[in-house]
Amino acid sequence: MTRDRIPLVLLAIFLVVALAGLWTPPWALFILTIAFAKGLVALGLMLFLRAGLVSFGQALYYCAGAYAAGALGRYLGVSDIFLMMAAGAAVAGLLGFILGFLLAKYRGIFFGLLSLALSMILYGLLVKNEALGSTDGFNIRPSTLFGVRPDLEWLRYLVALSAAAVALGAAALVHRYLGTPLGRLAPAIKDNEIRVEYMGASARHAIHVKYVIAAVLAGIGGALAATTVGHIDPDMAYWTTSGEFIFMAILAGTGSVVAPFAGALIFAVIHTTAYDLSPNTWQMFLGTSLLLLIVFLPEGLWSLFRRRRAG
Amino acid sequence: MDQILAVIADGIIYSAWLFIAAVGLTLIYGVMKIINVTHGSFYALGAYAGASLTGAWIARGLPVEWSYAVLAAGALAVTLVVAPLIERGILRFMYARDEVVILLITYALFLILEDTIKLIWGVNPYFAAEPYALLGSFEVGGLPYPTYNLILVALAVISGGGLAWMLQSTRVGKLLVSVIHDPEVSRAMGINVDRYYMVTFAFGSLLAALGGSFTAPTVSVVPGLGVEIIVLSFAVVVIGGLGSLPGAALGALIVGVVRSVCVHYAPELELFVIYFVMAMVLAFRPRGLFSLAEPRKI
Repeated sequence: MTRDRIPLVLLAIFLVVALAGLWTPPWALFILTIAFAKGLVALGLMLFLRAGLVSFGQALYYCAGAYAAGALGRYLGVSDIFLMMAAGAAVAGLLGFILGFLLAKYRGIFFGLLSLALSMILYGLLVKNEALGSTDGFNIRPSTLFGVRPDLEWLRYLVALSAAAVALGAAALVHRYLGTPLGRLAPAIKDNEIRVEYMGASARHAIHVKYVIAAVLAGIGGALAATTVGHIDPDMAYWTTSGEFIFMAILAGTGSVVAPFAGALIFAVIHTTAYDLSPNTWQMFLGTSLLLLIVFLPEGLWSLFRRRRAG
Repeated sequence: MDQILAVIADGIIYSAWLFIAAVGLTLIYGVMKIINVTHGSFYALGAYAGASLTGAWIARGLPVEWSYAVLAAGALAVTLVVAPLIERGILRFMYARDEVVILLITYALFLILEDTIKLIWGVNPYFAAEPYALLGSFEVGGLPYPTYNLILVALAVISGGGLAWMLQSTRVGKLLVSVIHDPEVSRAMGINVDRYYMVTFAFGSLLAALGGSFTAPTVSVVPGLGVEIIVLSFAVVVIGGLGSLPGAALGALIVGVVRSVCVHYAPELELFVIYFVMAMVLAFRPRGLFSLAEPRKI
């Protein structure tokens, strides 16, 4: 057993972002920040994937986090990026805790379908809510950090830096969680849930915990995306948004907590370039890669690294 | 009183439409245990094929009365091309996989088809309102309703009743029931299970395409049509019970009536209520209203 290098890797990524970010153009920093935001959601989905569950409704928490952050700015005039992320985490976490009691009982397609229904409920509510801008959503003012509103040229850099700090910090915590007995139950639940119960562990409890963690992560991601983009709308809760997160999580695989962020970054880069090159075939590209991944690399891109190391 | 009549009429029409759009999904799940996301693609394909063929038909000055046959032919044509391609080309290699994995595969195929549609038909809307306008309208409680809606109701009754009759009273249907219950034993008994899977997939997809093509005259056919119908038809079949034919009918009726009530009395709840019912059914009867308990397999 080699030493656990993940914390070092995460620290290294942060330093790279902090240093290279100084010379990176704002648009690239924007893509990077969004990748961190969506990577957080994909990280939560990775926890589910490890237990053999696929959620078709993680956009529920992404959207809830975004609207929590948006409401903070709209009604209380708060625009601090950390407060927004905290609000997103709190609202999504609470929602996840409550709904978790229900969803922790579900497996297979029923887990996916129920989470889909729940996210569509939020979508249905937001679309018809005039006070929150209906289908148009509403705008969010540029972020401040610790009460200071940085110059525009620095804003993107500082937001990216904060995103990196929070996302990588969260990844480090999730990594520690994966090492705990509760975290290690996931593959066992996937393989044979009944044996897990015979061992004296509660699969339901383990999944509930995962569910809340994933909800908190998605809430932070949603808040981060909201303040970065400066606009939120109900489409954040639509099922196609959940589909994108699934794509990232499957692209990345379950090998490491770094993987979802890599998946999200690849997704963001493909998204940007494909939209430029040929906007009408970009979903086709996504679908084809998803298909090839499921068939040939079911463990995700990350497994390429591992196989080489083993060989 | 008039409003209640209107609620009922709207509810029936919407239910009929939902049933046509969703019944193929439940058929495919019932036989193949596949949650088929490409269902939405077939709906969209049917709508595009129906709209563009009907448009061409009418542009040539051919009789409008025949445009209903053209709509059906359009749906049939796209299904015959695309469904066998998907089932024989990709899905049949995946049957051994987990249900969730197959769901993801159909999702990938859905993404591919979504852009294929854009490549073939472009992104501009298609209109083919002539079959809709041709029949005029009738009145319920003082409100005019297009007579075309009756075609949707008839189509729903025919497809639902036809399926039920086929399953219960024909040789093919009875063999299909045995495939549903145990594909392995059916295969051992000499039933060509693969062929049943292919035909079921094609037939289920055809129903989706028919739903799309007969909806086409009532809407403008634009990209994203399939995206919406998927979640709606998921809601319908989940409420009734995945794989259950009467379940799909009941699900369509519940969603249709509930939505119609909401549209008339509380329009801001229209979308919410559909998925709320779906979530409630999943919470209390996860296998739907019309389902038998399934033994847990170890």
